[in-house]
Amino acid sequence: MSRPRSFRQSMAWLHTWSGLVVGWVLFAIFVTGTASYYRTEVSHWMRPELTDAQADPVAAATRAGAFLQRTMPDAAGWSVMLPSAGSPAVTVYWWRSFAGPFHHALLDPVTGERAAVRDTQGGDFLYRFHYELNLPPMWGRWIVSACAMILLIALISGIVTHRRIFVDFFTFRRDRSAQRGWLDAHNVMGVLALPFHLMIVYTGLVTLSAMLMPWAVKAAYHGDLLRYYADAGIMVAGRPPAGHPGPAMPLGEIVARAMAATGETPELVMVSNPGDAAASVTAYFEEPPGLAHLHPQIAYDAATGAELGRVGEAGAATRTGAVMVGLHEAHFAAAPLRFLFFLCGLMGAATVATGLVLWSVARAPKNAAPEGLGLHLVRILNLGTIAGLPAGLAAYFLANRLLPVPLDARAEWEIGAFFAVWVLAALASALYPRPLAWPMALAVPGLAFLAIPGVDALTVGEVRFVGFDLAMAAVGLLLLGAARLAGRRALARYPVRTRLHGTAEA
Amino acid sequence: MSAGPVGARTGSMRAYRLAVAGRVLMAGIGGYAVAALASALLALILPGARAEAVSAALVASFAIMAAAVVWVFAAPTLGRAALGLGFATAVLIAALWLAGAFQPGGAA
Repeated sequence: MSRPRSFRQSMAWLHTWSGLVVGWVLFAIFVTGTASYYRTEVSHWMRPELTDAQADPVAAATRAGAFLQRTMPDAAGWSVMLPSAGSPAVTVYWWRSFAGPFHHALLDPVTGERAAVRDTQGGDFLYRFHYELNLPPMWGRWIVSACAMILLIALISGIVTHRRIFVDFFTFRRDRSAQRGWLDAHNVMGVLALPFHLMIVYTGLVTLSAMLMPWAVKAAYHGDLLRYYADAGIMVAGRPPAGHPGPAMPLGEIVARAMAATGETPELVMVSNPGDAAASVTAYFEEPPGLAHLHPQIAYDAATGAELGRVGEAGAATRTGAVMVGLHEAHFAAAPLRFLFFLCGLMGAATVATGLVLWSVARAPKNAAPEGLGLHLVRILNLGTIAGLPAGLAAYFLANRLLPVPLDARAEWEIGAFFAVWVLAALASALYPRPLAWPMALAVPGLAFLAIPGVDALTVGEVRFVGFDLAMAAVGLLLLGAARLAGRRALARYPVRTRLHGTAEA
Repeated sequence: MSAGPVGARTGSMRAYRLAVAGRVLMAGIGGYAVAALASALLALILPGARAEAVSAALVASFAIMAAAVVWVFAAPTLGRAALGLGFATAVLIAALWLAGAFQPGGAA
């Protein structure tokens, strides 16, 4: 590093080391983020008690408002996600301060009471893990963002390093040597989905830009983020609380007004300062067709139902940022495009995984020389992350079906199962005999995923979940295929082969 | 880096590691500082509506940070990396001062 080198050399160094340092966290971010493309489907599967029933949004909103009034009348805010074809229950949140904690409950739209449904975080756990890593939110978001920035650097330096990017794209030297094979696999996965990788990491940073880079808002708005949002056409302007209590209309009345004003049912209504004389209710509508993540909004006076204002028209720069957020979340994508995004996400995870393995394979000692402590650690962490995380995911789904439904703090038990199995799988993979470590470590999550359809059939057994079960089986087969591939390589390279095949050949 | 060189080479290994640590720190802290200053400046000087300038500054800030980090690692020596970063920081602070960001009450 101290002597002058070419730009390409320094970028190759940067790519190798920046990739290694954050590779394990990035793998987890990619896997859980990719799974989050099917967050709704995961949540449906994990709450089999909820069935599709179209409820009246006006009555459902009034009942949800009554529930929140009983639960926390002096909250800083309530939010009510109305029932839709996609999610039949009413999801309510309430909080005393914007710093959290944010309490939440699922309500039955017909009774307005907590829905009789197993306690689970469903797909939301995977979604939040993707950008908070199950840490305190601010810590998690900063760590994930730092990893994202390092990935952006790794991508840029990787492109510079990869001088023959086009020619190498058609090169896959699977049989040359282990190192060449891993290098080519890393290149193919990385380059094939390169536009996706660049897009997803940059847009991911943009989704958290207000937290990561508060300086533009500090300079131009004295740090008043809400005023910037209102000016930019991202949110409708709020108003400060009056400080004395006031009456409120039933929440359904305001939903009815919003429906009459636009001809559409709002997705969400948010009450600011409930119980205060200056309380307001903002109705959020579904995004209009297009890429941008900009929800039309109308704010109402909570007491009189008078319209207070609508969200403004976003300009070109704001729209650009909103399109980036929209691209990241892919809410606009219909089934085929969403599946393509899912595949690209898997390729992102595979790029990280092959890169990590490549690092250790390229440094493996020749002959029988012992491996150093650093290399040993990287190898163990590779096994524990790449094979351990999928085992934890399978355990999360299996726990949802196998834990008794009335269990106390059931949602925490499911998450406990996720982490416990991840750690156990990682510890076990450190103990497997070295030549067979990869095939054995990958076979464990493979078999666990294959067990999900069977367990689902025995415990719930509903036809509407066949698609999800088949997808789980496909993931299992994919992992078993990877285990078999790793096994072939191990058998080809180590004398185990002669022992195993000795009798057949004799 | 795993093979520990002995004798006379230990010193150069330590210098190498210090140089790497220096670049990592400079890339992280310096890169962020340049991006933060640049996004504050863009928010003040870009033409058009104030909210639009802020939106553009937010979107652009990560590209600016990435460019600064690449510069820190691509510069031939640690000193040159620091010089480039220091120059950019000084220019940005001067421009922010000219744009009125440090006046009481601010430019807004």
